[in-house]
Amino acid sequence: MTTSLSQQLVNLLAAALLLIAFAMLSQRRVLSLIRLFAWQGMALGASTAIVAYSTAQHHLYYSAALTVALKVVLLPWILHRLIDKLYVRWDVETLINIPTTMLVGIGLAIFAFALATPISEMASTVTHSTLGIALASVLLSFLMMIVRRKAVPQVIGFLSMENGLFFAATSATYGMPLVVELGVALDVLVGTFIFGIFFFHIREQFDSLEIRHMEKLKED
Amino acid sequence: MEIALVFGIPLLGGLVLALVGHKRWAPEVNALMSFATFCAAALLTAKVVADGPMTALDEQFFVDPFNVFLVALTAFVGFTTALFSRPYMRIEEHHGRVNAARLRLYHSMYQLFSFTMVLCLLSNNVGILWVALEGATLSTVLLVSLYRTPASLEAAWKYFILCSVGIAQALFGVILLYFAAEKVLGPGGTSLLWTHLYDVRHQLEPTVLSLAFVFLLVGYGTKVGLVPLHNWLPDAHAEGPTPISAVLSGLLLNVALYAVVRSKVLVDGALGTGFSGNLMMGFGLLSVVVAAFFLSRQKDIKRMFAYSSIEHMGIMTFAFGMGGQVAAFAGLLHMTVHSLTKSAIFFAVGHAAQKVGTQVMDDIRGLVEISPRVGWGLALGTFAILGMPPFGVFASEFMILTTAMHEHSWATPFLLAALGVAFAAIFRKVQPMVFGETTAARLPHPPALAPVFVHLALVLMLGLYIPPYLAGWYRQAAALIG
Repeated sequence: MTTSLSQQLVNLLAAALLLIAFAMLSQRRVLSLIRLFAWQGMALGASTAIVAYSTAQHHLYYSAALTVALKVVLLPWILHRLIDKLYVRWDVETLINIPTTMLVGIGLAIFAFALATPISEMASTVTHSTLGIALASVLLSFLMMIVRRKAVPQVIGFLSMENGLFFAATSATYGMPLVVELGVALDVLVGTFIFGIFFFHIREQFDSLEIRHMEKLKED
Repeated sequence: MEIALVFGIPLLGGLVLALVGHKRWAPEVNALMSFATFCAAALLTAKVVADGPMTALDEQFFVDPFNVFLVALTAFVGFTTALFSRPYMRIEEHHGRVNAARLRLYHSMYQLFSFTMVLCLLSNNVGILWVALEGATLSTVLLVSLYRTPASLEAAWKYFILCSVGIAQALFGVILLYFAAEKVLGPGGTSLLWTHLYDVRHQLEPTVLSLAFVFLLVGYGTKVGLVPLHNWLPDAHAEGPTPISAVLSGLLLNVALYAVVRSKVLVDGALGTGFSGNLMMGFGLLSVVVAAFFLSRQKDIKRMFAYSSIEHMGIMTFAFGMGGQVAAFAGLLHMTVHSLTKSAIFFAVGHAAQKVGTQVMDDIRGLVEISPRVGWGLALGTFAILGMPPFGVFASEFMILTTAMHEHSWATPFLLAALGVAFAAIFRKVQPMVFGETTAARLPHPPALAPVFVHLALVLMLGLYIPPYLAGWYRQAAALIG
C-alpha cells in the first residue's frame, strides 16, 4: 500500500467518523444509536490499523485491536444488555429542533477546523489533516450530551466523545503510549459499568430514565 | 520501595474491604489501612527530606518537594477522615440510611479513592495522572449516591457527567502536550514523563502548548470546582456521606489543582509569557467572587461549606496564577490549611447534622448546649476558615493579599470584598447554630471529635509558627513552581 493510498483511506474513514457523529446527533432511536456507535468504533479501529500498516508503528496494531474489542464488541454488547433489561430497546426520543441542532453542529465543526489548522500544519504524521475532524467529533458528541434528555443517549454521547479523543491521538501523534491507552480504556470500561449500575438506581427511584426528573437541585 | 508501599497499601485495602467491608470490624480495618498508608507516606517523606527528589520503577513514579508534601497531607487527611468515618458510618447504619452491602461498597471505594489520589500525585506520567483522576471520579460517584435518595442520585449523576466531560477535555490537552513533547523527546513512553518534560520545557512548541493549557485548565478546573465549571461540587458535597464531602474538599480538589499547577510550569517555560498565569488568575478571581455571593443564599450547611471550598480553591488558583515564590509559597500553605480546616469543619458538621437529624441550617440550633465539643469544633473551624488570626488561613490569605497588592493591585478590591461578604454570610449563619436554644437527642455511638481538634490545632500551629523544615520544604516546592 502506498502512503498516498493509505492517506486517502484514512481521510475517507475520518470523513465517515464525522458523518457518524452528525448522524448520532439527529438519531432518535436508542437502538440505532448503539449501532452507529459500533460503526464509529469500527471506523476508528480500521483507520488506526491502516495508519499502523502504512507507518510500521507496531504498537498501533494493539491500539486498533483494543479499539475494536472494546468499542465494537464489548461496549455495544453491554449497552444492548442494558437497554434490554431496562426495557428501553424500542425507545424513541422526541428531539426538538433537529435542524437547529445540526446548524449548531456545523458551526462547531468549522470552529474545530479553525482551531486545529495551525496545529495540524505542524504535525508530520500522514494523518495530520484529520486532527480537525477529531476535534469536531469531540465537540459534536459534547453537543449531543447537552441536547439529549434521556440517560442512555447521554452516555452514548460520552462514549463517542472518547472515540473522537482516540482519533485525535492517532491523527496528531500516532497514538499515545500504550500504558496510557490501556489506562484510558480501563476507565471507559469501568465508567460504562458504573453508568449501567446507575441506570438501575435512577429507574428504581424515578420510574424513568429521563434527565428532567433530576433537575431539582439548584440555587433558589 | 516506599513509593510502592504508599499506593500499594490502599490498593490492597480496597481489595480486602471489597470482601470484608460489611463486617462489624470493617471500619477499624479501613482506619488501619489508612493509618498504614499514612505511615508509608511519612517514611517516604523522611526519605525525600534526607535524599532529595527521586524516581522509581523505571521512572514511572517520582517524588519531588512539591508532590511529597501533598502526599503527606493526603495520607494524613485520609487517615483522620477514616477515624471520623468509623463512628459516623455506624450511626448512619443505626439510623437505617445504609445497610451492610452499601457499607462494603463504601469502605472498599474509600480505599480505592485514596489509591487514585496518591497515584495522581506520585505518577510521573501525565497520561497516568489523567487516568487516576478519572478513576477518582469513578470511585466516588457511587459513594455520592450511597443513600439512594432522589437528591443524591441527581447529585451523583451531575458529578459523573460533568466531571467525565470535563476531564475528557483534559485528555485532549494531554494529547496536545504529547504531540508537542514528541517533537522534542521522540515518540514513546518517556515523552509524557513530567521529569523529562520539565527539562525540555523551553523547547516545546508555544502555540500547541497554549492551546493544550486551555484544555487542561478547563478539564482539571472542572475537578477543582472553578466557576463556571463548579456546578457539580455543591450537590456532590451536600448529598453524599459527610466523610466523602471531607475527602472531596480536602483531597480531590487539591490534587486536581496540583495537576493544573504542574501543567502551568511547563506552559510557562514554553511560552515565556503570563498567558497561563493570567488565565488562572481570571478563573480564580471569578470563583472567589461568585462563590462568596452564593454563600449567603444557602440553606443546607454542607452546601454552604461546599461553596466556601470553591471560594478557597479560587484563592489558591489566583495565588498560583500570580506566580513568584511568595505567592506560590502562600498557595501551598493555603492548600494545607484549607484542606485541614475544611475537613475538620465537615467532621463537626457531620456529627451536628446527625444529632439534629437535618442539614437545614435554620433547624440546627444551640450545638454548644447539646454537645459542647461539636459546637466548639464548628465554631473554631468556622473562625479558622474565615481567616481569623491566629489560624493558618489568616497567614496564607495575608501573604496572598499583600502579594496581590504589590503585583496586581487591580485584583485586591475584588478579593477583599469577596472575603468580607463570605465572612458576613458564614458568620451570620453559624453563630445561631452554635449558640442558641435546642432540642435534640443523644447519638447511639460517641462521635469522633479528636480529628476535628487535631486538625484545628495544626492549623493554629501553622498560623503561629511554621516549623523550619516545613517552611524549607514549601520554599523548595515554591521555587519549583513559582
